[in-house]
Amino acid sequence: MRPDRKKHRLVYNVLGLGVFVVMAFPVYWLLVSAFRPNHEIRSYDQTLWPSSVTLDNFARAVDAPNFWTAIQSSLIICGASVAGAMLIGTIAAFAIGRFDFYGRKPFMTVLILVQLLPPTAMLIPIYVQLNGMGALNEYWGVIVVYLVSVLPFTTWMIRGFVINVPRELEEAAMVDGCTRMGAFWRVIFPLVAPGLAAASIFALITAWNEYLFAYILLQDNDKYTLNVWLMNFTTDRGTDYGALMAASVLIAIPVVVFFMIVQKKMAAGLTSGAVKG
Amino acid sequence: MTAADTKAADPPAAPPQKPRTAAPVPPRGTARPGGTPRPKLPYLLIAPAIVAIGAVFGYPLVKTVIMSFQDMRRAHLWGGTTPPWVGFEQFTNILGDSEFWWVTFRTVLFMIACVTATMGLGLSVALLMQRLSTWVRLLLTGALVAAWAMPLLVATSIFRWLSDSDYGVINSTLSKIPGLDFQGHNWFLDPWQGFTVIGAVVVWGAIPFVVVTLYAALTQVPRELEEAAQLDGAGAFGVFRNVVFPVIKPVFQMVATLSVIWDFNVFGQIFLMRGNKPEPEYELLGLYSFSKAFDSASFSQGTAIALITVLLLSGVAVYYLRQLMKTGEVE
Repeated sequence: MRPDRKKHRLVYNVLGLGVFVVMAFPVYWLLVSAFRPNHEIRSYDQTLWPSSVTLDNFARAVDAPNFWTAIQSSLIICGASVAGAMLIGTIAAFAIGRFDFYGRKPFMTVLILVQLLPPTAMLIPIYVQLNGMGALNEYWGVIVVYLVSVLPFTTWMIRGFVINVPRELEEAAMVDGCTRMGAFWRVIFPLVAPGLAAASIFALITAWNEYLFAYILLQDNDKYTLNVWLMNFTTDRGTDYGALMAASVLIAIPVVVFFMIVQKKMAAGLTSGAVKG
Repeated sequence: MTAADTKAADPPAAPPQKPRTAAPVPPRGTARPGGTPRPKLPYLLIAPAIVAIGAVFGYPLVKTVIMSFQDMRRAHLWGGTTPPWVGFEQFTNILGDSEFWWVTFRTVLFMIACVTATMGLGLSVALLMQRLSTWVRLLLTGALVAAWAMPLLVATSIFRWLSDSDYGVINSTLSKIPGLDFQGHNWFLDPWQGFTVIGAVVVWGAIPFVVVTLYAALTQVPRELEEAAQLDGAGAFGVFRNVVFPVIKPVFQMVATLSVIWDFNVFGQIFLMRGNKPEPEYELLGLYSFSKAFDSASFSQGTAIALITVLLLSGVAVYYLRQLMKTGEVE
């Protein structure tokens, strides 16, 4: 039995390494291509290892028109939409996590259902509506769309943290003379802070990676977000893959860093949101 | 902008944990002692959320329905005039158009292929994860997390680069195999091949979520039960079918349902893969609606197609919701 098991383990490990290679290869290729000299990128025989490492691709990416305005747009749009979603989501999560009221269940059902709507179904009427209000090409139009897109999930996630806080803590604070809102800010808020952090970063990643609405709703080159700006490297004459990969690395860095920082918290947030009824 | 865009953009449904034994679910603290003294407060608290969701989801949904019974074109958009009412004309036009049925057929086919591949591979990898040495498992987990964190746009760019006809590593690698010459091969001339590449991005991007979720579910399968079944002479497949799968079934169904919804709405991958101008033979329902609206400037046609898509998906959505209710997410 034992040697048999060992042999199995070996087979499984080889299979596992195979899956690892497949899953990791695109990530590896992104990094390698970003640092590869251009003559290697435009080579008919691609090698797995670069012959030398260069920062030229990054230089071309950063020097491309509108890089800095794109960063600015992304920061403004994502910052504002995440802050708004957190504020609105937290108070809504508090309501459904702490109160039993008529309409609570339908509200929660809506929170889930709206996430299933195809974005393209929303795109046309939102475009038409913003156009009617003269809000096309304005930051706030995109901000509102992003805010509401992440709102259902952030609310749902924060609710999971709110119901984890024992009700007695709050009641004790109220006995000690706090108002309900006072008890919320002084007792619950600090306890759900990790959940808020995880939810906000989830929202940030979502907003940071969105491009369809930004592409349609923003029209000036200097208002494009980073994702829309990235399309500059694809022209009719061909694609500057080196710069595209370098720019993709630059854009992905914040996302990857955030992901690593909060990965554990996020996992905890997801499960607590799911388990506690 | 949830489902279609990215797996990262879409909040993954939290892996539900199956209540192990029939432990009594603690009753939610329903009525607070003394009834509900301030019934207004909760409504005030959810009011901003309701207003926001109503404005960005509710109103456009209503607007979609209205527009699909009109004939809105560019002139109405710029002139601000009310488009004429045309009744069911948009729907009869679309449903009578053979192209629509081809697009729908293609969408369903693509969805089935992607979901089957995602769930099959995802489940296999999750089962494999349980049997790996720790260091291999950690390595694999790292790769999964990296793939998961990869923005859709970046992932699509990489796959476009990998499959590039002149400078792509896929072609130069395949050409190294004796007897094969893939140099300069364009993967997108033939939609079957093109959709294979697109499907690869979709599946590659979806697998981390599926694996991590199913792996979490697998850890809940009691070891003793598996061993007992083995002692009783059950083969590997028998153990899986009779012991393991029943435990992870709710999670599996939910992930599969989500995959159906996501893959039915695939948009970004195709749009970006084809440089923002997908050829007609690459159109799935989402793109079809988009190009009708924005390229042909027939906004009503676009919304009518979107509405049909929502209706097609609503059955799946209801199923998903019932699964959630069953596992106790919405009490």
